[in-house]
Order: sequence, then C-alpha cells, then structure tokens
Amino acid sequence: MSAVFRPYSASDALRSDRSAGDRLRHREKIRDALKENIAEIVAEESILTRGSDRIVKVPIRGIKEYRFVFGEGSPRVASSGDGEVQKGQVIGQDQQDGQAGNGPGPGGDRPGVDYYETDVTIDELVDLLFEDLQLPDMERKKLREIEVDHGTKRLGYRRSGIRVHLDKKRTLKSKIRRKVATGPRDTAGGIAAGPVPTHLKGQSSASVGDDQRFPFHKEDLRYRRRVPDVRPESNAVVVCIMDTSGSMDVMKKYLARSFFFLLYQFVRSRYQTTELVFVAHHTQAREVDEEEFFSKGESGGTMISSGYRKALEIIQDRYHPSLWNIYAFHCSDGENFSSDNTEACNAAQELCDVCNLFGYGEIKSEAEYFGATSMRKVFERLDAENFHAVVIDDREDVWPSLKAVLSKERVDPEQEGAG
Amino acid sequence: MERMYQTSDLEAWDEKIREKVEAFGLTCYDQEFEICDHTQMLGAMAYHGMPAHYPHWSYGKSFERQSTLYNHGAAGLPYEMVINASPSLAYLMSQNSLCLQILTIAHVYAHNDFFRNNATFKYTKAGSVIPSFKARADRVRAYMEDPSIGINRVEPLLDAAHALSMQCSRNPAIRKLSQEEQRARAVAGAEPPVDEYRKIHKRPEYVEPDLSRVPLEPDEDILLFIRDHQPRLSDWERDLLTIVHEESQYFIPQMETKIMNEGWATYWHREIMNSLDLPQDIYLEFLVRHNQVVQPIAGDINPYHVGLKVWDDIKRRYDEPTDEEIARHGKPAMTGHEMMFALRETDRDSSFLRRFLTEDLCGELGLFEFQSQDGSLVVTETTDEGDWKTIRETLLRSVGTASLPVIKVEDADYDQNGTLLLTHAHDGRNLHPGYAEHSLAHVYQLWGRPVVLRTAHDGDEQTWCYDDEGFREAD
Repeated sequence: MSAVFRPYSASDALRSDRSAGDRLRHREKIRDALKENIAEIVAEESILTRGSDRIVKVPIRGIKEYRFVFGEGSPRVASSGDGEVQKGQVIGQDQQDGQAGNGPGPGGDRPGVDYYETDVTIDELVDLLFEDLQLPDMERKKLREIEVDHGTKRLGYRRSGIRVHLDKKRTLKSKIRRKVATGPRDTAGGIAAGPVPTHLKGQSSASVGDDQRFPFHKEDLRYRRRVPDVRPESNAVVVCIMDTSGSMDVMKKYLARSFFFLLYQFVRSRYQTTELVFVAHHTQAREVDEEEFFSKGESGGTMISSGYRKALEIIQDRYHPSLWNIYAFHCSDGENFSSDNTEACNAAQELCDVCNLFGYGEIKSEAEYFGATSMRKVFERLDAENFHAVVIDDREDVWPSLKAVLSKERVDPEQEGAG
Repeated sequence: MERMYQTSDLEAWDEKIREKVEAFGLTCYDQEFEICDHTQMLGAMAYHGMPAHYPHWSYGKSFERQSTLYNHGAAGLPYEMVINASPSLAYLMSQNSLCLQILTIAHVYAHNDFFRNNATFKYTKAGSVIPSFKARADRVRAYMEDPSIGINRVEPLLDAAHALSMQCSRNPAIRKLSQEEQRARAVAGAEPPVDEYRKIHKRPEYVEPDLSRVPLEPDEDILLFIRDHQPRLSDWERDLLTIVHEESQYFIPQMETKIMNEGWATYWHREIMNSLDLPQDIYLEFLVRHNQVVQPIAGDINPYHVGLKVWDDIKRRYDEPTDEEIARHGKPAMTGHEMMFALRETDRDSSFLRRFLTEDLCGELGLFEFQSQDGSLVVTETTDEGDWKTIRETLLRSVGTASLPVIKVEDADYDQNGTLLLTHAHDGRNLHPGYAEHSLAHVYQLWGRPVVLRTAHDGDEQTWCYDDEGFREAD
C-alpha cells in the first residue's frame, strides 16, 4: 500500500470548471420551463414588488428527474438520539421538497415537488415575455417614433443659397481652382515637369500680367447647406388610470397592479425614456404617486369620465402627443353611474385619438357577472383601432389579456410600410 | 489558532496513519489524495467523484443545488470524498484545518479497506473504474458531437435511461441465468415431481412449457431488456443504455453498504486518531469534529451515527458480553475485532442491521417510525412503547436498494401486439402515481410500443398503461 499526494494547484482549479457545460444546459432547461409557465409567473406577487436591484425570485417547478419511487404514505425511520419521542407526536410537516437521496448513487429515492427559486432580472423576464409574444425583432422596432423639430443643422455645401450662408473660404478656393484651370498654358517643359505647385503657378501668372483681373463668377459661389433637423424621439408615458371606488377590493387592485406592471415593463423595454403617471378616480380624479395608487382604498361611487378627463388634462399639460408615445390603461370593475356613460365614452374617444394604445381592463369576479353593469358594453360603440377592452377574472388571465391588448397597438402607416 | 501546514506535513501524518492502518490489520488499495478547493469539491460531488464522467444536465443541476446550499450555509461540504477504485482516489479540501485533514485521511483508509474487502464490491472491477468511466464519457461525447446524432437526441435518451437506471438486479452476486439455462429450468420445471406412489396415483398431465415466452423468467434489468429486445434501437442508443446500466451497477454496492461503510470508517478514524498521540489542540478539535459527524439528524438516519453505534455494540458483545448475552448466545468464539473484520467482508446494510440492530440499540439510538398523515409527519412507532421489530423492518426497507420498488419485465409481447408488460412486486408500499406516470412515459419512449404496468394501490389491483395517447388507468 502506498499513498500519493497531488498538491493543490490554483491554475488547475481555474481550468477545472467541468460542470460549466452541464450547468448551462440546465439553465437552458430552466429558461424553457420559465417560458412555459410565464403566465403563472408574472401573476406572482413577488415580481411586482420590484426591488432596487431589480432581481426577482421566481419560483419554478424544477426540471424533475423521474423514476419509480414509493409514494408519501410509506413509513420511514429516524433516530432521535435522546429518545424523547412519543407515539402520535407530530414531528413536522410533510414538506415534500425534493430531497436528494443519500449515498453516492445517482438520484433521490424519495418523491418531492422539485420546487425551487431562481434569480431572474426583470429584464430577463421581459425578454422571455417578448419571446412568448413571438414578435420577431424586426417588428419590435416598429415603434412609433415621433419626429421632433430641433431647428436646422448644417449638411454639406451647395451652389445656390441666400447671402448669409455664403462660405467665403470655399468660394475663394473654387475661384482659384477655376483660375488655374482656365489660365494660359505653360511651356511644354512645364507640363513635362509635372504639376506645378499652386503658389508657384500664382507667381507665374502674376508675372504674366498683374493687371489681368480674374473676378468672382457666379459659379464660384458656395453656400452652406442647412437642412431641417428632425430627430426621432422615443419617449413614452404610461398613464395608469384606476378606479379606486369602494367596489375595488384588494384582489381586484392586485390584478390591476399586475396589469400595469406588465404594461410598464413592455413599454419601458421599447423606449429610451418611459414615465409613469398614476390617476386614481372615484367620482373625482386626482394624480397620485405609485404607493398611494395601489394601496389606498376609497369609497363611493364611480364616474369613469372623471378619470379620463384628468388623464387628458395631464397629457395636454406635460405629455403632448407630438412628443410622447402615450399608453393609457384603465382598470375598473365596470361599474359606473349610468348618467356618466356617454361622457365616459366621449372622453375615451378623445384618449384614443392621442394615445398609441388605450386599453380598458374590466376586473370581475365570477359572482358579479350577472346583473352588474358593464362598461364594456358601453365601449362597444367606440370607434378606434387602438382601443382594446379585456376582461380579467383571475391572475392567469393577466398575461393573455395583455397580449391581446398589445396586439392592437397603433402603428403609423408609413412606418408600417417601412418595417 | 489555526495551524498552517504544507503538503509535506500531510505526507508526514499520512506516513504515521498508514503505520496504524497496517497495525490494525486494514488492507487497502493504493491511495491517491487530490488536494482541491471547494469549487472543485462541488464539481467532484456533482459527478459522484469521478475524474471523468459523461455530461448531462442533471449534473449541472446537482452542482447548482449543492453550491447554493453551500453558499447559503445550509449545508457544509463533506470532509472527504473517496471513490471505489484501485488505486483509490480521495479528495481533500485545501481550506480544511490540519486536524480535519488528518481525520479525513484516517477515514479514507478505512473506506478504502472496506471497498477492497467487502463482498458487495467484488464485482466492481476496481482496477479499471476510472478508465472505464473515462471511456464511457468519451463515447457519450462522441455521440453528442456526431452530426448525425447530436445532443438533442442523446439527451432525451439519457433522461429516459436515468429514469430506469435503478430498475436492475440489485445483487451482482446472484448470477443472471443465460437464455439456455432459463430454458433448461423451464423444461425441468414442467416435469411432474417424482412421486413415490405413482403406481396408485393418477398420472399427472404433462404441461408443455411455454418456451416462446419472452422473457422466460421475469427480468429485473429493464434497460438491458429493452436494449436486447427492442429492434428499432440504433447502435448508439443501445450503447447509451449499456453505459447507464453499467454505471448504476457500479454505484449499487455503495448504496447497499452506506451505513456499514460509514460506520466502519468512523470507527477506524476514531481508533486511529486516538492512537496517534496527537498534539492537544488537534486532539481537542478532533473530538469536536467527531461529535459533529456522529450527531443524529432530525427526522432522518445519520449513517455515521447509526453505523458507528452498531459496530461499537458488536465489539462490545464479543469482547465484554453481558451475562444475559452469554446465557442467550453462549460465550463468543471470536474477539470483537475478529468478528468485525469478518462482517466487513460478508455483510451488507440489510443483513448487518437485521443481525445486529438489537432492541437495546434501537432504544439507545432512539429509533422511531413515522409516517405522513394529512400533511403532517406523525410518529407511529417508538422503541419504548412500540414494537422495535416493526421499526427495524421499516428501517431495513429504507436502506440501499430496498428503498426502491422492484419492477420486472413480465412479457415483451403482451396481448400479442408488442406491448411491454411490467409488474411491480407490491410489498405494502404504493408507487408514487405521478412519478410512475412520468417514468412509464420514459419506458414508452425507449420501448416504442405501449407499456403496461401492473401494480396495486392500497390493496387494489391496478393496471396503468402508457401508449401514444398518453397515460391512463386500465380497468
């Protein structure tokens, strides 16, 4: 019997990340699993509370390795060491987490829900969402860019123009060029000697005749060219309008929140700057901050038009449609004072005119279906391409609804042609 | 204060330990120690310690899981990792203290001795373990890189094969009969037994044995059976099935002797450490570490703890038997160590515990049986108030391969349409239906024809089918 010691070598250790390939493959599998369950995942509470580091923990059902195993009911044995266990005593909860089997043999011997959390950044998640939307990249660029006039900028030179744009230096240069070109030919020797430097040429021509005037000609004049400076801007604002009346309970707000969050993420990924505006309304509307928007409950009736008017007002003041891409979304439980319906409809029409997209989400629980008023019916009259109304019953509906809404986004006709 | 040490210090200690190992009568393969950092250790763990192993995503998963647990402090790393090969290969973590390294080296030699001498390991071909793992890895990589095969075909096949890898013969010492032997046995079995009173008895009718049946006798090696009887598999697919089968055959002895083996190594590292005349600081640290290793784990069996207790008890019974024991079993014919060395050659966990886990030991270990009832784990049997034999039987059914259901191939042409009939030998424990469903899907994937599994659920006969329409329960 002999023994060999192989000492530790740091450089070997660096090269020895042998599981890298298998880890990558596993990650890919997780990604696929994420993609499959994306609708469930985005409805999870955890991703809505975005932390500063923007990393969220997403519970996924692990990629399980199945084999024939015994069910949970089978008795097991454990040692307590001190013997202080009595018959019938409850020693814990059946967690059913996928416990790896003892021993070096492959695989576990006990079933379990292989549930674990994985860290995903919001951006990764949004990427996955896009993959789920199945928008090819080409199409994703088809956002409505707004052209903003920044005055004019210089772009090259031209032969005609107004006096103030005259470029004296270039004009003089072109005159000299013309003079050299049209001047008297030198002797044959001069040509043979090759091109003569300009300053010598000038001397020689001066020696030929100083009194020979060579005036500026119209052809010599060079003007700076100025073109209008139009830059595409991509600013977007998401206007979140929510009914905060008494009938909106916690669950409904939560669904609304999921919806707004996703909409915001979607818009944010496509524009350089994205802003958020929160409008809360019952019979009156006001602009609030995010926290208040989602947390505060109020009571009272509902006048949807008040919310729309407020949104229109804010848009008019701060987010002019010629400079901003506007996405407005309204979540409500569909109850409205019937006297307000016409007004709400008109306001909605106006919103459609200024927005890229105006969505209306009606959050209902099944019990309320019958006999409840529905704004969706009212909005059916609305005549706008970029309006979309959806019904959200449950968390699983959030993502499909958003998908449906986003498919309606208005695309400028010429850009559509270009795309 | 922590002592600094060099590889040369370890070699010096190793020298002393080996003297003790030989003095105690342990006989080992040559030993190699590889000093590694924790990332390498995690890497080695993911691949069962093998220096070369074929790639599969499950090992990446296992690595991620281990490293997450480790980085969050939820689990430490094992002090030692030793593989059954000749020469044996063990990893030592460079961050460990000198005391831990000495402890680990002593522990490793005892494992090495166990690998070399235990009957269960007789068929693992220790001399060629590392080269054959390497050869398998090369083959799998070659299939993955082959443009006509590729990882996208290799991976699902490995997934399916892994699902069935433990459905194989569990005891390599029981020789599998060849086709001819099975046939001869079937023919012999059909002959009526010799009857001394055949003159007065009615002549028994001779029943022709059905020799066309495949398999003649139920076959436990599902992967090999599919490899040999599924005509549509290509060569590389057959090879992958062989690879997975061979690998699980290699690991089965370790599963089968987990408690014995860890107990044996813990017993000997304690003996060696106690005899080494260690400096005081190292000795004190050793006592702390040793006690950590043999702590009972809440709600589970710690093989170091249980194994050590049983070995200690065997030694006590043979060296200093109580009067009661002498009265019951007579005076022991061997010394404690002689008995221990004999057992380490012949036994495996199931036989070891059945023979030597006594009622007193059960009480001392505080063994109890528990069961999941409506989401809670409820104690159903304790040594003090209940039947300790029930507890022992339950324990025996959870060690090694006894924790896995026995499923055999019954008929490859069930219903005369190429359906594969599997039977589960129900022993009171139900199959996990969800897992069974997915596992059947894997059998179907490999067999390519419908698969039927006969099992029972709480006493009711059940037949589960998997075919192109998916899983269903047949009536």
